[in-house]
Amino acid sequence: MTRVAPVARDSSPIRPAETPNPSRPAGLRPRWLVAGLVAVLVALVAGVSLGPVTIPPGSVAAELLNLLPGVHLESGLNEREIAIVTELRLPRVVLGLLVGGMLALAGGCYQGVFRNPLADPYLLGVAAGAGLAVTAVIALGGAGSEGALTGLPLTIPLAAFVGSLGAVALTYLLGAAGGRSRSPAMLILAGVAVSAFLSAGQTYLLQRNADSIQAVYSWLLGRLATAGWHDVLLVLPYAVLTAVVVLLHGRELDVLSVGDDEASSLGLHPQRSRYLLIAAASLGTAAAVSATGLIGFVGIIVPHTIRLLAGSSYRVILPLSLLFGAAFLALTDVAARTVAAPAEIPIGVVTALLGGPFFVLILRTARRVLT
Amino acid sequence: MSAAPAVEVRDLHVTMDRTPILAGIDLTVAVGEWVTVIGPNGAGKSTLLRAVGGLLAAPGAVSLFGTPIESLPRRNRARVVATVAQSPVVPPGMPVLDYVLLGRTPYIPPLGRESAADLAAVHEVLARLDLTGFVRRELATLSGGERQRVFLARALAQGATLLLLDEPTSALDIGHQQEVLDLVDQLRREHELTVVATMHDLSIAGEYADRMVLLAEGRVAAAGTPREVLTESLLAEHYKASVRVLDGEHGPLIVPVRRR
Repeated sequence: MTRVAPVARDSSPIRPAETPNPSRPAGLRPRWLVAGLVAVLVALVAGVSLGPVTIPPGSVAAELLNLLPGVHLESGLNEREIAIVTELRLPRVVLGLLVGGMLALAGGCYQGVFRNPLADPYLLGVAAGAGLAVTAVIALGGAGSEGALTGLPLTIPLAAFVGSLGAVALTYLLGAAGGRSRSPAMLILAGVAVSAFLSAGQTYLLQRNADSIQAVYSWLLGRLATAGWHDVLLVLPYAVLTAVVVLLHGRELDVLSVGDDEASSLGLHPQRSRYLLIAAASLGTAAAVSATGLIGFVGIIVPHTIRLLAGSSYRVILPLSLLFGAAFLALTDVAARTVAAPAEIPIGVVTALLGGPFFVLILRTARRVLT
Repeated sequence: MSAAPAVEVRDLHVTMDRTPILAGIDLTVAVGEWVTVIGPNGAGKSTLLRAVGGLLAAPGAVSLFGTPIESLPRRNRARVVATVAQSPVVPPGMPVLDYVLLGRTPYIPPLGRESAADLAAVHEVLARLDLTGFVRRELATLSGGERQRVFLARALAQGATLLLLDEPTSALDIGHQQEVLDLVDQLRREHELTVVATMHDLSIAGEYADRMVLLAEGRVAAAGTPREVLTESLLAEHYKASVRVLDGEHGPLIVPVRRR
């Protein structure tokens, strides 16, 4: 029996998943894993070679391989160009990959945990919570100068984590206040309310501490432009921890998709898994936000595209979200700094510009998934 | 403890929002028996089933095969008792095979993945329930009768010997109701399962049950064979229903009669 796709266009990139072995569950196909890894590599090379000074991709690839122990390739680049590759662009691209992977992974994870296809770090208020907490640290903690930010004090990721957990808890409580009438829309409305409330708090703090506005805004609008290796090193441990915890729970998220009662009668502790996964996803979001400011829509665009193309099991969605989310944000950053060169568009603006229309497209094509 | 009953409930009390739902229930179900719980809306049938399935803790004692349910770790409990909810959640986009495989959760190590033995068990159940042709179909695209078979398949994949069915036929037409209940009965005989069900259609409930329990206002109003429980006076008293009870081949037949 043929299934009629929601959008009946032959040219549509949205097709059912490839024909799998009928006796196996719909797990992650090697083809998709390879595609994700290739996307990350393409984004890495493109991100490093494109910019005010264009460096040939072949030379970039050679220089990147030279970073591996025991490899010595002739890239044909001079010292200045090598410095551009390894000290300026590479940390920026790697940070973009990490942050994109985290935001997409957290989005996919929240969608499973809340059984809500619209859940996203941005829409749940997580990002706003982290934003308020970081603003409070910068404004009240005396880190009012730009100089204090480039060092990215350790308190900022911690504050972002506390802020994001607080926000997600608030959103969840508000969304659950509807009791039995709780619906996906309730949670998102709660997220909107919490975001507005926290943003108001943030604005108030900025008004009262006008000397830190400059520092806070340069952080809010995305800090990929000034990224250095110390930023990468600061985000990396949180990112690895989050990725390991979330990826290990793919099957449990599939079990949770039948609801708490049934998951519990299948031998799971749904609430225990939920708290752990919310903490992990919020940690990843907080690390991302603390490094680069608020970047929206990645957590909803990437997991949904994967759901439509590669399958709806979280064993597929989570690893592919990590890879394609990473590639997506790194490539978005390339666009952000080349489209209006020599000026740079804040990356959060680019993801929102892409995300708005994409969101509408998702709503139209994925009505079946969303209802 | 081979003589222990499959289910033993003693003096079970459940209160929700300060409203008593169950007020001192006693229930014993022997191994291999089919017991159907009936009662008017709000009598506490689903709540009783949830308590037997370990989904809510309440004052009183519930034992499964001689073991108090609170001393069974969740995974072990899921290997002993399987529940088919009244309207199970249908996860969007999930194929039948993946859904039935969820039933193997109590055997798959936490954070691990299914083994070849789990897949073999699932394929055996799918073949047994005539679902082999459906493995890649999305659950959401199946008809009501097909879906009910898939829900049963997931419960059977759990390998539990006690099956709790909450209104297993409420969404089905009369032909599919019989098909599903015949299937449950056949499986019960083949695999020596114990069945506890709740049902609204009294005639069809009486045809399949060994014993029936009539719940009303949180108490057991009557218990016994279908002929002992499905009487005009009991149904009039507890359902406020005007019915005639006719003598059918396999059990009493309940015919509603319009009140004058």
